[in-house]
Amino acid sequence: MIEATGIKEIIKPENLVYRKTKIMTDNILSYCPGCGHGTTHRILAEVIDEEDLQSQTIGVSPVGCSVLLYNYIDVDIQEAAHGRAPAVATAIKRLLPDKFVFTYQGDGDLAAIGTAETIHACNRGENILIIFINNGIYGMTGGQMAPTTLPGMKSSTSPYGRDVKTMGYPLKMTDIVATLPGTYYVTRQSVNTPANVKKTKKAIRKAVQYQKLDKGTCFIEIVSNCPSGWKMTPVQSNKWMEENMFPYYPLGDLKIPEK
Amino acid sequence: MKKELRLMKGNEAVAEAAIRAGADGYFGYPITPQSEILEYLMEANPAETTGMVVLQAESEVAAINMVYGGAACGKKVMTSSSSPGISLKQEGITYIAGAELPCLIVNVVRGGPGLGTIQPAQSDYFQSVKGGGHGDYHLIVLAPASVQEMADFVDLSFELAFKYRNPVLMLSDGAIGQMMEKVYLSPQKERSKVFPDWATTGKPATRERNIITSLDLDPNGMEMHNHKLQAKYNEIREKEVRYEEFQCEDAEYLLVAYGTSARVCQKAVLLLREEGIKVGLLRPITLFPFPTKRINELAGQVKGILSVEMSAGQMVEDVLLAVNGKVPVKHFGRMGGIVTTPEEVVENLKSKIIGG
Repeated sequence: MIEATGIKEIIKPENLVYRKTKIMTDNILSYCPGCGHGTTHRILAEVIDEEDLQSQTIGVSPVGCSVLLYNYIDVDIQEAAHGRAPAVATAIKRLLPDKFVFTYQGDGDLAAIGTAETIHACNRGENILIIFINNGIYGMTGGQMAPTTLPGMKSSTSPYGRDVKTMGYPLKMTDIVATLPGTYYVTRQSVNTPANVKKTKKAIRKAVQYQKLDKGTCFIEIVSNCPSGWKMTPVQSNKWMEENMFPYYPLGDLKIPEK
Repeated sequence: MKKELRLMKGNEAVAEAAIRAGADGYFGYPITPQSEILEYLMEANPAETTGMVVLQAESEVAAINMVYGGAACGKKVMTSSSSPGISLKQEGITYIAGAELPCLIVNVVRGGPGLGTIQPAQSDYFQSVKGGGHGDYHLIVLAPASVQEMADFVDLSFELAFKYRNPVLMLSDGAIGQMMEKVYLSPQKERSKVFPDWATTGKPATRERNIITSLDLDPNGMEMHNHKLQAKYNEIREKEVRYEEFQCEDAEYLLVAYGTSARVCQKAVLLLREEGIKVGLLRPITLFPFPTKRINELAGQVKGILSVEMSAGQMVEDVLLAVNGKVPVKHFGRMGGIVTTPEEVVENLKSKIIGG
């Protein structure tokens, strides 16, 4: 695939302006241009690398756009059934308590079909990191309405906009899990700007530290865009996210450890 | 070491045998008539002795996915449930089969369909031996007929599960799970400290990363994977058939029954032989792989076969395939949680096979 695209011709030391982190594989990402998944994968991989956790990490990938996470991050990974990643991760961490265990889930996976697994893993205070990518839509299946789709927002299964009277309200899972005693660190971030990328990376690093200290569930929501599903250019989608998603899903910490 | 003799329920025997087999984890959810397994393990608290993890999940769905996670770490893990709960687990079971993970699933069957009843039944045969979830796959299915076998089959299940990287289902029923019998318990085994090379335990610099998945978006790859699975199932069919014969040597008629029905049929054989009717019993111990070859051989010896199962007639289809038209084959069984009596078996053999 690399040969076919001619990328190898360009990859020369004299052309290097940006280096791939070691923990990312050479596989070409399947994500659409402008999507937040690639950036999130990258900073997660950076933290695993910088904390020297490659040999200690077991990840759980979901069903959805990031189902192929295991092709991109060079750690041991289990691919879970739709929504079940927190249950899968529960057993991994209980049986291998010294390992760093994370799940990586989208909004359909975590906030619809996996609601029970998510809430109960958080309620038991499983000592895992849950990374929750919220782009308000089912990306992989072609842009259907998600539990997190905003009121009035159009999708392929809410073509006239989400009518909350018949389709319900956007579910704020992060707010819900923050109320549970089992969660230790709950935050909502984004990767739309370099500053926010840094903040998100810092949040992942904190979660790694808390997991080492056996503190309970760490939950990081990353409000993301979906240019393809939203039918926008990457730039438009970031602007739309800032103007529409952020007011409904405000960025910042929802629960931080008591000093 | 000498085996320890105890009086136990089948469900308790499974739980105690799991601890002694050196199981690493049990993940369950309450449902009658199997809740004693989870209760026993919680009370025994093996976390303090062997280090075994016991967790009450939020649902059967979560429990089977915990099994997936634990099995993918190369650990000896198990779950148990009863019919409606096993239906809920089918999604997880097909993923486990697809990802080729070893584990033990115990089904203490109750009558159905739907919420059904809490009384014993054998109406989950198709679900157990033909797959149960979506896709082409098989579980190895063991059918205990006593409390002793519920205990013994735990260790055997783990052995087979790891040998073939395949889930094993112990297909019990509400009678064997609930009844008390004497049972000889094996000595405590150490929990394994070595893990299979495919397990996700954290990637050291010395190997490639391990990926556990049932997904392959390339249909050619997926077809290859299916061929690999089918080759494995064929090997299991060749090597792992287990059954027991009772008075088959001179039999002119044959009963085929597993689990509770086999116990009932054993009595029926004695009653019929008192009348001078030469009847034998073949008890399949593995339902997948099914003792097809042996039943076919016996079909050359007997005049007719009655398949007895507490169902509307599920196993009889496999008996018919095995017999392949050689002799008449009929089914008899009570349904909905009613246990067949030996007298009913006698009567039905006479009316459906001997006089039929």
